[in-house]
Amino acid sequence: MIIAEGKPLVEVAGLIQEARKVLVVGCGGCVTVCLAGGEKETGILAAALRLLRQKEGNPLETVEVTLTRQCDPEYVDMLEKYVTDDVDAIVSLACGVGVQFLAERYNKWVVPALNTKFAGGTVEHGVWEERCGLCGECILYKTGGICPIIRCSKSILNGPCGGSQNGKCEVNPETPCAWQLIYDRMQALGKLDLLMEIQPPKDWSKSRDGGPRKVVREDVRLA
Amino acid sequence: MKTESKLEKLLSQGHFVVSGEIGPPKHANPEGIKKHTALLKDYVDAMNLTDNQTAIVRLSSIAAGVHVLQAGGEPIIQMTVRDRNRIALQSDLLGAYSLGMRNVLCLSGDHQSFGNHPTAKNVHDVDSLQLIKIVKDLRDQKKFACGEELKGNEPRFFIGAAANPFADPFEFRVLRLEKKINAGADFIQTQCIFDMERFERFMAMVRERGLHKKAHIIAGVMPLKSAKAARYMQQSVAGMIVPDEIVNRMEKAADPKAEGVAICVEQIKHLKTIEGVAGVHIMAVMWEEIIPTIVQEAGLYPRPDAG
Repeated sequence: MIIAEGKPLVEVAGLIQEARKVLVVGCGGCVTVCLAGGEKETGILAAALRLLRQKEGNPLETVEVTLTRQCDPEYVDMLEKYVTDDVDAIVSLACGVGVQFLAERYNKWVVPALNTKFAGGTVEHGVWEERCGLCGECILYKTGGICPIIRCSKSILNGPCGGSQNGKCEVNPETPCAWQLIYDRMQALGKLDLLMEIQPPKDWSKSRDGGPRKVVREDVRLA
Repeated sequence: MKTESKLEKLLSQGHFVVSGEIGPPKHANPEGIKKHTALLKDYVDAMNLTDNQTAIVRLSSIAAGVHVLQAGGEPIIQMTVRDRNRIALQSDLLGAYSLGMRNVLCLSGDHQSFGNHPTAKNVHDVDSLQLIKIVKDLRDQKKFACGEELKGNEPRFFIGAAANPFADPFEFRVLRLEKKINAGADFIQTQCIFDMERFERFMAMVRERGLHKKAHIIAGVMPLKSAKAARYMQQSVAGMIVPDEIVNRMEKAADPKAEGVAICVEQIKHLKTIEGVAGVHIMAVMWEEIIPTIVQEAGLYPRPDAG
């Protein structure tokens, strides 16, 4: 899932300083699971913003709505009835995708309440970690199911570099060296010989490149 | 001979080579580089010019190489993949060759978080191993990384790579060295050696796979200036092993600098006896002026004439 975390309250408040009434919009997708932008966090943020503004003698009206997902137009449409003329701004607690979908759909000042961090998963309750670099061309079959693109601090495809020691990365002693993990796993699977193959430079045009990437599935298109 | 490199010539003639290292300055004045070149050129066969080492902005390794060349030295330009993509790397290879550079050492580069611009974006479009192959293909296939043919003069570099016998996983270190040689490395410079026992084990594995016959392996050494420096290397530098015995010797020494030189000279003399070691690379960081003393005391002076 996409992992996000809340911006500091003061920062969010600063983004809507001019507004008198705001829509605070949560998302029922990834950010609900990672406890950053679901219904609960939406309520807490709205209350905190109101309290802060009250303290400043500049009261703020909030309307809270949590959409099933902010990355699908059919759910984004459901916000329409709340987007009234007196709404000065929309605060989105979705990832960067949701913020943009709201901004594209509604002619209002839309601001992010979260920092979108990465594609990852839960490693323990309250701890999420990155796993996928969204490079657009998966090579996990070459590396024993461990991604060097995002888990190696230098994205080395023919690792490990000279900074791997005692299983840790030179950049941070808390971070496991991805190539140590790959080595151990390939050894356990009896596939160390695969690591002797020289991996050629990666085709980064499949990754972040000229403008937004798009996936089109003709078989499921309606029109 | 694949190239016009003096280093290649000496190695192929079977000389035990000596290389040194010059860290370019954090300013635009080349006088220090020229001074160090004048000081070292009769004592080392080639000099590495580091490429923004520890991710700190410095005068470029290629520009520094030009100053070394003009001052009569043989430059080895270090090239990391941290700051340049394959377009910039190849462009700089063409440019460096046009300026007279003949040796290049292909590296990953220290992570930017260690340097003075920790918020910079790193590149890592290609890794060090892929860079080795790019340099080799430019030279031997006359092809750019994209496969396009290079029309005109190709850059003919003597290709270097690094090896760190002290990083982990130890068993894979020799295999990765082999990968680098397969990718096109002609010579190897190792991380500083303090743990001689581990290096001996590494070299035994190297010989077992015949790698010393496929590439020239130059062993890295570093003279220690103080006990503090020894402890720092032991505790704070990733991928480095400094045995307690060395730290203790530095701590007990009445004259730590002299002791550091003595240890380094002993190491060089020992390394010279190890089959498959083709030379030493002396990394006297911020202490370049000690190199002539070390070379003399190690019995490696005068240096051979490449003719």
